[in-house]
Amino acid sequence: MTATATPEAPAEVDLGGEARSRRADWGFRALVTAAGLTVLAVLGLILVTTSLRGWPAFEEEGLLGFITGTRWAPNDDVFGTFPMLYGTLVTSLIAMIIAVPVSIGIALFITEVAHRRTRKYIVTVIDLLATVPSVVFGLVAILVVVPVITPAYQGFANLVSPVPGLNAIFDDSNTGRNYITAALVLAIMAIPIITSIAREVFATVPETDKQAAYALGATRWEMVKGAILPHSFGGLVGASMLGLGRAMGETIAVALVIGGATSMSANLFEPGNTMAAIIAQQWGESSGLHQDALIAIGVELFAITVIINFLARVVVRRAEIKMKGAHS
Amino acid sequence: MTSLNTAPDLTGRNLSKRRAFANRTATLLIGLCVLIAALPLLLVAWEVVTRGGSALSLAFFTEEIPRNYRTEGPGMGPAILGTLAITGMAALIAIPIGVLGAVYLNEYGKNKPLARFIRTMADVMTGVPSIVMGLFIYVAYVVVIGEKVGFGGSLALACLMLPIVIRSAEEMLRLVPDELRQASAGLGARKWRTTMSVVLPSASSGITSGALLAVARAAGETAPIIVTVGLTYIYKPDLFYGENTTLAAQIYRNATQPFAASQERAWGAALTLIAIVFLFTIVSRVIAARFAIDKR
Repeated sequence: MTATATPEAPAEVDLGGEARSRRADWGFRALVTAAGLTVLAVLGLILVTTSLRGWPAFEEEGLLGFITGTRWAPNDDVFGTFPMLYGTLVTSLIAMIIAVPVSIGIALFITEVAHRRTRKYIVTVIDLLATVPSVVFGLVAILVVVPVITPAYQGFANLVSPVPGLNAIFDDSNTGRNYITAALVLAIMAIPIITSIAREVFATVPETDKQAAYALGATRWEMVKGAILPHSFGGLVGASMLGLGRAMGETIAVALVIGGATSMSANLFEPGNTMAAIIAQQWGESSGLHQDALIAIGVELFAITVIINFLARVVVRRAEIKMKGAHS
Repeated sequence: MTSLNTAPDLTGRNLSKRRAFANRTATLLIGLCVLIAALPLLLVAWEVVTRGGSALSLAFFTEEIPRNYRTEGPGMGPAILGTLAITGMAALIAIPIGVLGAVYLNEYGKNKPLARFIRTMADVMTGVPSIVMGLFIYVAYVVVIGEKVGFGGSLALACLMLPIVIRSAEEMLRLVPDELRQASAGLGARKWRTTMSVVLPSASSGITSGALLAVARAAGETAPIIVTVGLTYIYKPDLFYGENTTLAAQIYRNATQPFAASQERAWGAALTLIAIVFLFTIVSRVIAARFAIDKR
């Protein structure tokens, strides 16, 4: 039997530079890990470098004074940013009041009402809405919408002038560049984000739940109310928070239409400012402490948006886990 | 007895008036929501195409930008070059890092605590306002080298693209069937070999499509550009020397001016920018549709 020679052959086979290959494996692993870590590095560097640069402004006013001060006067080295925080909150909350119901409606239309072909068109429309750059929304808003809508604002103010409460919020307007216009633009820009997440959330509602509701004799609306909405509540909260975070950070479209006043007003038809917008508006003419203060506003904005986004992700993930539990 | 023999009425004709009304109103309102979203898109498309279309000409694409807002006539050439160069450089930085980061998350990190943390932070990073990225690059790069340059804008856009590329590439890597990895390992290939020559190529169309979407998003960004890049009126092909400009920055600059000449240039720039962004989006869609791997 000469076959005894053959089993030895595999031992001779060299599978190719064993040590070199192992080193390559280790090197590759280190490379991709480093690439993954850049995310953490960038986020950390943002916080550290901008905080250091903005520090003189925090020091000038005190951290609390910087956030709660109501007077912004760069020429006198007074940097109170509360009017901008107020503007950010007011515009993005109004935007959410408009955008959240509309987005949920669109998502319901896509998942429950539309036929397959119309569904494709509507999804395309929403995707296109998401790709329009914010500066183009701002351009259309300031040159086309504002001139047309200003008389409408005044008309509305006249209409509600006898109503106490409402007449403070919707008072005389002498400009179309104000909180409401900014909020309208923000609402349109937030719709695609909220819609896409709401769709994902609705897609996880078990088909059996829906069929069960129909079998009990529910109309479509009763099915939505009874089966879809309770199941998706957590996910929708997360979606709304993501939209809110996006709206608070939106810069250019708001900078174009909010007017640029650094005072606060309960009248939504008055011009104001937001944290992101004031940085873009005043950056070109800023230097020294003024520039540090603008960067400090950026730090404040960064902190707020990171917290909101983090919470939103946690809420969405919780909801996802809950929904998966319902599946099995 | 007779009622049992008749078939149950399933037409909904006997619905109480109140329930039928609620159902119809709700359906109507839901349809109205779609209209509310479609109207602004139509308005934007109509205004940009009609107003921008009349501003476009060959000279608009090639001439330098007039220094005075009031000067009539065309010129956005430097901004078009700036948009393409700055965004292209950003893509060169962000896409390789993003794809390698996705390889870490999907092939190495998986469900380890570090990988899960990076995943969450990448999601959080997509929500960081673009103006903050601009301020970050201004402090960390522009101040250090001492002047505003095009490359600063590239860095800021790369920071914005990075988390989008990572998350979309990871989704695509997840779709690659495990059998491919096992087959490659069975042939004796090491993990880096498997990843480079089996996993990444089979996910390449999806990764390209996601990366192009991120590029399209970045090309329209304005805020980080005005903070880090500055302004120029002439062609500046060198991203590392001198201030630069982009279409988005020019739209912002010209939109607030009361002069018809500058507004017309803003509309022309808007149409050009939207065309560039849509081109990237459409190419991304086509790649995704044509070369999609089977979703399992």
